[in-house]
Amino acid sequence: MSKISKTAVFAFKKTIPIIFGYLFLGTGFGIMLQEAGYNALWALFGSFFIYAGSMQYFMVPLLVTGAPLLTVAIMTLLINSRHIFYGLGFIDRYRKMGWKYPYMVMSLTDETYVLLSTCKYPEGVDPDKAAFYISLFNHCWWISGSVLGVLIGTLIPFDLTGIDFCMTALFVILLLNHIKQVKAFTPIVIGLISAVLFLLIMGPDNFILPSLCFTVLLLALLKGRLETVKEVSAS
Amino acid sequence: MTISVWDAVAIFAVTAVATWVTRALPFLVFGNKKELPTFVTYLGKVLPGAIMATLVIYCLRLIDLTEFPFGLAELISVAVVVILHLWRKNIFWSMAGGTLCYMILIRTVFPF
Repeated sequence: MSKISKTAVFAFKKTIPIIFGYLFLGTGFGIMLQEAGYNALWALFGSFFIYAGSMQYFMVPLLVTGAPLLTVAIMTLLINSRHIFYGLGFIDRYRKMGWKYPYMVMSLTDETYVLLSTCKYPEGVDPDKAAFYISLFNHCWWISGSVLGVLIGTLIPFDLTGIDFCMTALFVILLLNHIKQVKAFTPIVIGLISAVLFLLIMGPDNFILPSLCFTVLLLALLKGRLETVKEVSAS
Repeated sequence: MTISVWDAVAIFAVTAVATWVTRALPFLVFGNKKELPTFVTYLGKVLPGAIMATLVIYCLRLIDLTEFPFGLAELISVAVVVILHLWRKNIFWSMAGGTLCYMILIRTVFPF
């Protein structure tokens, strides 16, 4: 196998766990869009350019009521605010990727972020190309789901409620793998406690940004200590 | 369609641009620096674990521990995922097993 195809196959396999979740969640968006009176072309372009799961769900009611653009902008910034932390680990790598750089930045979803943060690239696989393919394949699953949702979403003969749990399962699994690989528990414990704490204080709709800010603050305060005990070395 | 095509296009465009802004922000701030601040490099290394833990809680944010079904369908299914994964060490078995468990539980033992 040539290096390109080996890399593409490796990337494809990495994204298989995403397929079900993205197809299903994309389909959910497609069905909402279709019920609001928009065709598959809207789903295609929407999922290509926006590519943000929960925000696309929130966008449909805004579309139906014709919400003011300022409201749309503020809601999007708030709902997607967690993404401002995702790029921090990829700056040095992505900026050397030429024409792929802007694409890698705009396609950094929750799932792609977690996959790329935990990915170990074997011998013979080009890490930058693999990361690009992983981002691209995930994007394709999401777009396919949205378009299918508009076209055939209402025809699905069986009740798939709950299949989106596969995304929760994926995050749990990748977290377990991460724990085994890095043997660094402090950042995980900080993230966990902070998330639970702010969920209890602020409720399910608004907790994630303050929780991540608090996490970053704690990690900053512990910088000296975490670095000396080599909690960060393995990643 | 209740609003005009161009109004709809504007909403799509604003959503897309605002999403890009959130994702591009760290690159816009630090992308042109020759040498990244050590603080950013450090955060890049410790954040993935913290963010994954946060995302797990984010996925479970809607469960209500104070009344039936006490989030039991979710918590049991997460436990199934963990056990399967420690046992078989196969991402697909763990995902399929946990998801199937969840789909069965919300239809039988803990219906909404």
